[in-house]
Amino acid sequence: MGSIWEYANPVKFVRTSEIVLPWVSVIAMVTLVVGLVWGFFFTPDDYRQGSTVKIIYLHVPAALMAINVWFMMLVTSLIWLIRRHHVSALAAKAAAPVGIIMTVIALVTGAIWGQPMWGTWWAWDPRLTSFLILFLFYLGYIALWEAIDNPDTAADLTAVLCIVGSVFAVLSRYAVNFWNQGLHQGASLSLDKEENVADVFSTPLYICMVGFGFLFIALVFLRTRTEIHKRRTKALLARERLG
Amino acid sequence: MMPDLGKYADTVLSAYLVSIVLLVVLVAMSLRASRKARADLEQVETRRRG
Repeated sequence: MGSIWEYANPVKFVRTSEIVLPWVSVIAMVTLVVGLVWGFFFTPDDYRQGSTVKIIYLHVPAALMAINVWFMMLVTSLIWLIRRHHVSALAAKAAAPVGIIMTVIALVTGAIWGQPMWGTWWAWDPRLTSFLILFLFYLGYIALWEAIDNPDTAADLTAVLCIVGSVFAVLSRYAVNFWNQGLHQGASLSLDKEENVADVFSTPLYICMVGFGFLFIALVFLRTRTEIHKRRTKALLARERLG
Repeated sequence: MMPDLGKYADTVLSAYLVSIVLLVVLVAMSLRASRKARADLEQVETRRRG
C-alpha cells in the first residue's frame, strides 16, 4: 500500500477522485434520502417540542459538519504550511464553501426552531454567538482567497486565518460546557443515556449525520479536482503567453 | 402520506425548504464549476497539442 503523500500529486489525486467520487456520491445520496425521509415521515412528535423535533435531522448534522469542516481545513492548512503540498491547500480552499453552507443551515434552522421554542429567533447565547463568529471566519477565509492573486501567498495567509479561527470552531462545539448558561441545550447525542435523545429519534439522526459526512467528502473531492483543473489551465495559459 | 405537523407545520417545512434549497444550490454550483474547469483545461490542452 502506498503512502498517503502520494495523493499530494495532483495527477494521482484527480485519478483517485474519478474512481472514488461516484461511490461516495451514491452513498451520500442514499443515506441522506433514507435519513431525512425516515426522520420526516416516520418519527413521532416530541411530547414537548411537537413536530419541530423533525428539524433535528438537518440542524444537528449541519452544525456538526460546520465545525468538522473547519477542522479538516485546519489539518490540510497545516500540511500546506509544513510540507508545501499544493493539493492540501486546494482541498482547504475547496472545503470552505461547503463549510459556510453548513454553518448557514445550522444558523437558519436553529433560528426557525428557536422562534416557537424559545420565543425568539436569536439570542446572544454562547453557542449561537460562537457559531455566528465561525460563519464570519468562513466568510473572511473565502474572501481572503479571492483577494490575493498569488496562490501561494493566499494559501499561507488563509492557513494562518484557519489556525486562528479554530479557536472559535472549538468554542462552537464546547461553548455550552464552558459557559453553563444561555438558551441552547447541551449536546443532543451523548453516551449518557439520560442526556441522549430517545432511540426513536437517534437512529435516523445518525443516518443523516453519515449522509452529511459523505456529501461533504463527495463535494471536497469534486471541488478540489476543479481547483486542480483551474490551476493547471492557468499554468498552461501562462506558459503559452511566455512561449 | 404527509405527516400531521400540527401548529408547527410552517416552522418545520420552512426549515426543510431552506436547507434543501441551499444543499441543492451548493451541489449544482459545484458540478457546474467542475464541468467548466474540465472543459477549459481540455480546450487549452487540445490547442497545445494541435
